[in-house]
Amino acid sequence: MNMSMSAALPAAEASEADTRELRTKIEVRDLNFYYGKFRAIRSVSLDIPENQVTAFIGPSGCGKSTLLRTFNRMHELYPEQRAEGSIVIDGENILSSKTDVSLIRAKIGMVFQKPTPFPMSIYENIAFGVRLYERMSRADMDERVEASLTRAGLWSEVKDKLKQSGMSLSGGQQQRLCIARGIAIKPEVLLLDEPTSALDPISTGKIEELVTELKSEYTVAIVTHNMQQAARVSDYTAYMYLGELIEFGDTNQIFLKPRKQQTEDYITGRFG
Amino acid sequence: MNTLLYRRRRLVNWVNMSIAVLMTVFGIFWVVWILWTTLRYGLPAMNWALFTQDTPAPGADGGGLRNAFVGSLLLLGMAVLIGTPVGVLAGTWLGEFAVKHRLGAIVRFLNDILLSAPSIVIGLFAYAIVVDPMGHFSAFSGGVALTLILIPVVVRTTDEMLRLVPGSLREAAIALGAPYWKVITHITWRAASTGILTGIILGVARISGETAPLLFTALNNQYFSLDVNHAMANLPVVIFNFAMSPYANWQQMAWAGAFVAMVFILLLSAGSRWLLRQRGQKH
Repeated sequence: MNMSMSAALPAAEASEADTRELRTKIEVRDLNFYYGKFRAIRSVSLDIPENQVTAFIGPSGCGKSTLLRTFNRMHELYPEQRAEGSIVIDGENILSSKTDVSLIRAKIGMVFQKPTPFPMSIYENIAFGVRLYERMSRADMDERVEASLTRAGLWSEVKDKLKQSGMSLSGGQQQRLCIARGIAIKPEVLLLDEPTSALDPISTGKIEELVTELKSEYTVAIVTHNMQQAARVSDYTAYMYLGELIEFGDTNQIFLKPRKQQTEDYITGRFG
Repeated sequence: MNTLLYRRRRLVNWVNMSIAVLMTVFGIFWVVWILWTTLRYGLPAMNWALFTQDTPAPGADGGGLRNAFVGSLLLLGMAVLIGTPVGVLAGTWLGEFAVKHRLGAIVRFLNDILLSAPSIVIGLFAYAIVVDPMGHFSAFSGGVALTLILIPVVVRTTDEMLRLVPGSLREAAIALGAPYWKVITHITWRAASTGILTGIILGVARISGETAPLLFTALNNQYFSLDVNHAMANLPVVIFNFAMSPYANWQQMAWAGAFVAMVFILLLSAGSRWLLRQRGQKH
């Protein structure tokens, strides 16, 4: 299993990543997260580099999705959930109550495990988010819709049925629609919470290709259950277990020469 | 192989199945009887004058139910106009903001009590707060009574339909940076729209046959009237009065009115089912 994964790694690109100076986009410091009294994340600190893909892996319940959801303060929808510590994006601590949460969310796109097309046309699915922050002419909007659908690799499949309901699309198409919707508002960060776990292998392949393409413009953080997927798409990998960050580093290094025994046990399938 | 246990289970299954079928037939029997009787007496009494002439004076020949039809539609219109916004907004509060709140649970419980309150009590209530202070019966008070019956139905369905909307849809909209009021008006209402509309239609079907609350409020009027400040003819009360009367032509007209009311409610129910099916195909 270890062998097949190493074959999937883009070796040349990874060694290049080692030497490059990378700017930190998201700086997590001493983050603790509570579901009521349960502490789901324990003192996690890490730097997510800009314009790279960072993957979060670990067994179910390890806190990886929870961590991702603090990056756009999704947890605040639920009164019993609470995050302590700091998450600094571009010099601003987004957990601070002074930070405008809607503006943060507009700057950080998110795609969920299950595709969530809105109950409206394909066109409106994209335009809804754009209209929240920008006023533009119909022609400009048409252009924006086309550009984001093209970017998400969906344009050729839907260009003749933009007025149809977003729910009429297949699961894989719906998920790409959600990605298009996310990038249409021009965010800087994309959070992907197990974006392919409900999709077939072909749709998964398309999404993975897309993720690799998107990192030139966005900082991508992806949570995945699938270790091969993490190996294929990410530059950096964080392994979490029971709310703690066990190991974080270059994806190649994590999969080929993990420093911790726990990480090795997990990625070689001896545990998890 | 010992098949004793298997055969016993088959027997138990057969007995239970037979009881279930029998009970179903028992229930359907009465419905069919009611429908058949209304059809048998109502259909021959149908004629064009029913819709063009007003209720006749005692002993007079001819006449129709025009004033009662118009009055009933007006009362229903009033109830929908006031009851829908109040019901939908209250239901939205319950389904979006108070799902896990204690206060929400209390309001939901009270609403359920209102939902099953005897309509005659609601009629008396409308009498006490509208008719008594005004000093006379009025269509307006009838509209108030019907509204009070409609609201809990709309509240209940709106609440339930909104809670059926997956939380992931709300999260997705909020993740785009949308304020919560926009998430509700653009996303969750739209996702629940057919369900809410069906609830309103079924609520209208429910109040269109209510008689007791109107006896205390809108009362009746022999003449055609559009004045909501005065007593107004309406179908349920006219059917009630005419059916009890000693005149054969009045009794005939009561059957015709009952037949029209039945067809109206059937159409509403069928319409709401059709709407729900449309929704099923779209998703």
